[in-house]
Amino acid sequence: MKYVDEFRDAELARGLVAEIRRTVTRPWTIMEVCGGQTHTILRYGLDELLPAEVTLAHGPGCPVCVTPIELIDQAITLALQPQITLCSFGDMLRVPGSAHNLFAARAAGADVRVVYSPLDALDLARREPARQVVFFAVGFETTAPTTAMAVWRAAQLQVPNFSVLMAHVRVPPAMEAILSSPDNRVQGFLAAGHVCTVMGLDEYLPLVRRFRVPIVVTGFEPIDLLHGVAMCIRQLEDGRADLENQYARSVRVEGNVDAQQLMHEMFAAVDRRWRGLDTLAQSALVLRERYAVYDAARRFALPQQAVTEPSECHAGEVLRGLLKPPGCPAFGTRCTPERPLGAPMVSTEGTCAAYFRAGRQPEAIR
Amino acid sequence: MCLGVPGRIVRLVEEEGLQMGDVDFGGAVRRVCLAYVPDAAEGDYAVIHAGFAISLVDAAEAERTLSLLNDAFGEDLSAVNPSPDTENR
Repeated sequence: MKYVDEFRDAELARGLVAEIRRTVTRPWTIMEVCGGQTHTILRYGLDELLPAEVTLAHGPGCPVCVTPIELIDQAITLALQPQITLCSFGDMLRVPGSAHNLFAARAAGADVRVVYSPLDALDLARREPARQVVFFAVGFETTAPTTAMAVWRAAQLQVPNFSVLMAHVRVPPAMEAILSSPDNRVQGFLAAGHVCTVMGLDEYLPLVRRFRVPIVVTGFEPIDLLHGVAMCIRQLEDGRADLENQYARSVRVEGNVDAQQLMHEMFAAVDRRWRGLDTLAQSALVLRERYAVYDAARRFALPQQAVTEPSECHAGEVLRGLLKPPGCPAFGTRCTPERPLGAPMVSTEGTCAAYFRAGRQPEAIR
Repeated sequence: MCLGVPGRIVRLVEEEGLQMGDVDFGGAVRRVCLAYVPDAAEGDYAVIHAGFAISLVDAAEAERTLSLLNDAFGEDLSAVNPSPDTENR
């Protein structure tokens, strides 16, 4: 496929690895922010090609993994109401809430459906006017514009039986939290290419300046990631901290202005607790007051309640790049994709699932 | 979740005032929303995420990245390490 195959070229990969080996003189820790990037790294074994000096720390960029447990419980509560059809992306269905997940709710008779796009959920609402269709809207800034469009269309077409349970979050506050943490080890970032495709580069300059940290906006194919690592290592070795764009074929400096405008029209940023990262200021997107009628939490008067995480799960440390999954005592034994303790083992973008699928062994038996 | 797949726009269509289009992903064709890429034309490649085009692929930038990398790392290795693709054809 064009724009995919060229960026999986083995020869270029060898060249880039050789370049990284030539450049590096001391240990560096680089975090790739997005879970999609983590999966490419593990799937192609890129981390094992890199010299020992380069450590890739995996970031919090799995929106399913950072969705607070109480929001998942709210989605399950909604799904169990007989008049409601709950739609979301496939990943959301297996994430454990405090008691069970959406698959279990479906097994118990709830109408839970997987959609490819929020517009599919809106179409469903129009086809089934007697049902209340709720879209469980999860994802970073890449996905938020798709929800914005679905709600905007619902308003335009006057679809009264459609609403959204908002779980969209923003990436920059998470990067700031990681850099501000006293136990931070991250010295450079590969920023998430599709988030930046939507948002552009501006939001990242303050992080580069304040923390003097190199940020390289990076794509998702193996060549993109090795190129991003090479650019980041070059900056670190040169003592520079710049904002660079490896993924220029998709990311413009200004981002996707049309998407940003509709997001701004529909959403406001508020503080939100992230699974594993505590409360982050201005990190979540909610519907503005004039679109509040499409907010499922308000329409169905959902109660807010804090829930504690299972204690054996080390997802918080994994999501902050402090612990690699094989170092977790439960990895691959008491925690597997079939019986997950936490969300990173469930989601197709979760770091623990990436290690498990790549066949990496727990450290204890290696 | 932030998965974005490049595909070729093969047809522009309007659905109740919303700009949509059919996008070919190496043989599989899917209807997606093109409202966020108002300059899209048939034949363009777009990055598709959750049923929406979030950008048009900039062919010149893709070419620039690849030729930069090919110039730096491509040629001297190609003689000793022919890629499996070319061997099999």
